[in-house]
Amino acid sequence: MHYARAGMGRLVRGQALVAKDGFSARYDLDRVRGVFSRPEHKLAGQSFLGRVLVLDAAKGGVATAWMLHEMTARGIMPAALVLNAVNPIMVQGAALADFTMISGFDLDITAAIPDGALVEVDPGERPCIRVLA
Amino acid sequence: MNLTDEEQAMRAGAFGPLRQWAIEHQIKVGSYLGAADFVPVSQAHIMADTESLGEAGVAWLEGWTRLPPDQRRVRIPTISDPRGTDFAAAARLKQQPWMLEREQRAIAVFEALGVLMTDTCINYQTIMPPVRGEHVAYGDTGVVIYSNSVCGARSNFEGGPSALGAGLTGRTPRYGFHLDAHRRATLLVRVGFSPRELDEWGALGGIVGRLAGDYWQVPAVVGVDRVPTSDEMKHFGAALASYGSVALFHMVGITPEAQRLEDVASPTMHTRDVGEADIRAFQQSYTRDIGAVDVVVFSAPQLSLIEMRQLADLLDGRHATIPLLAVTSPQVKPDADRLGLTARIEAAGGTVLAGMCFYQSYAREVREANGWQRLATNSAKLTNILGGYGYRPVLMSMAVCVETACAGGRIGP
Repeated sequence: MHYARAGMGRLVRGQALVAKDGFSARYDLDRVRGVFSRPEHKLAGQSFLGRVLVLDAAKGGVATAWMLHEMTARGIMPAALVLNAVNPIMVQGAALADFTMISGFDLDITAAIPDGALVEVDPGERPCIRVLA
Repeated sequence: MNLTDEEQAMRAGAFGPLRQWAIEHQIKVGSYLGAADFVPVSQAHIMADTESLGEAGVAWLEGWTRLPPDQRRVRIPTISDPRGTDFAAAARLKQQPWMLEREQRAIAVFEALGVLMTDTCINYQTIMPPVRGEHVAYGDTGVVIYSNSVCGARSNFEGGPSALGAGLTGRTPRYGFHLDAHRRATLLVRVGFSPRELDEWGALGGIVGRLAGDYWQVPAVVGVDRVPTSDEMKHFGAALASYGSVALFHMVGITPEAQRLEDVASPTMHTRDVGEADIRAFQQSYTRDIGAVDVVVFSAPQLSLIEMRQLADLLDGRHATIPLLAVTSPQVKPDADRLGLTARIEAAGGTVLAGMCFYQSYAREVREANGWQRLATNSAKLTNILGGYGYRPVLMSMAVCVETACAGGRIGP
């Protein structure tokens, strides 16, 4: 169990997709096909649909604030976002989209969660991520 | 968060459902980010291109326009970031009718909400630059970092929903760069080479952005051998914000809050060196294995009048034999027309676009429709963004970009 400093959204379970890399909906994603599309990204070519993304830091510009809402409306979404470092845009986007996100850990969360593990993200009173299997 | 009587009334719906949504959204964001209360802001700047909004976002916004004017109109001067098209040139970009129709709907919404449709990401050069200490709620990372760093204003990255919220409530949660504590340097960058070309300033910004790593880092740069121009600061800041998600930098002896390093230094600040070799390596990382390009784009940020003049000078007596796009603001465009710059650029085969930004204009669909893949630009910010849209971007100076456009896209001698 790893506790985060902040969280929003609802409790979700899913398969973790983990990388020591950043996240920006505009810069990194093909939001039509549901895959990471920036060639330099460590998850390039991988599908993010229904996955719990465990990444290092929020990157890029302000577009994600709208894009999480747009992706949610089309159902082309990850299940949750777990970040070492968040920026305001991710928070604003998650707030508009009612999307699950937790952030801020005492360790590098991308090193603590095994890629492919089944995890539970609880953004409640004490936001946390736990490995189920 | 501590709320005033007015804020509590807003939250209870006394000012209508839109302002109620706005302050609820702001409380959610502020609570996540540790804001103790709200701070009044004097301006807001909304990024809301329709590729980002999608059908869902436009429809959500349209729902609010049925409210009476006193419940739906913004309370403070609120301006817009670039749109997703220049309607006059949409056919040349091969944009589809559905894109233009969605843009028209979004524009109608923002006009109904009382937003001034300035359609610019260089408002600090053309509309009304903020003043040192002024609290604002700006969207567009390039606008925020320039306003915070060069002007000494105070803003966080305010995405479209939050900037709209700030316009409607006249305030924003007090966290991040509204607070003195977050404005101190966390990283000292010693520069051993002062860039000359705009793409070099962008490259330096990209390198420092990668070193910084996340939004809460504040680089202080020392060693720059002269005061950069506004356009140089613009490209440096835009790239720094793009590569690092950074919202504030100091340039010691130059930017207003860092007349001396001691003014901004923090005890935990670590030091990194950046030299000319780093800048060359950054540029070459994009040019590697690309011998030719399909299109040349000057955008992100929109071009100032001075950049438009530089481009016109470079194109005089030449002819671009591949598409060359120059994107500027609706404020600069009439002056460029009046001064003959637009005519000179277009006589040489270029296309001048206004009020849009290339990457905010359905860049993937435009690439597919035009058969473009390899793209040359002098904007490091643009090179960082376009890879995800399927382009292979190349970072070169404006002069080399023009040479390339006039050589059928072939790079180099």
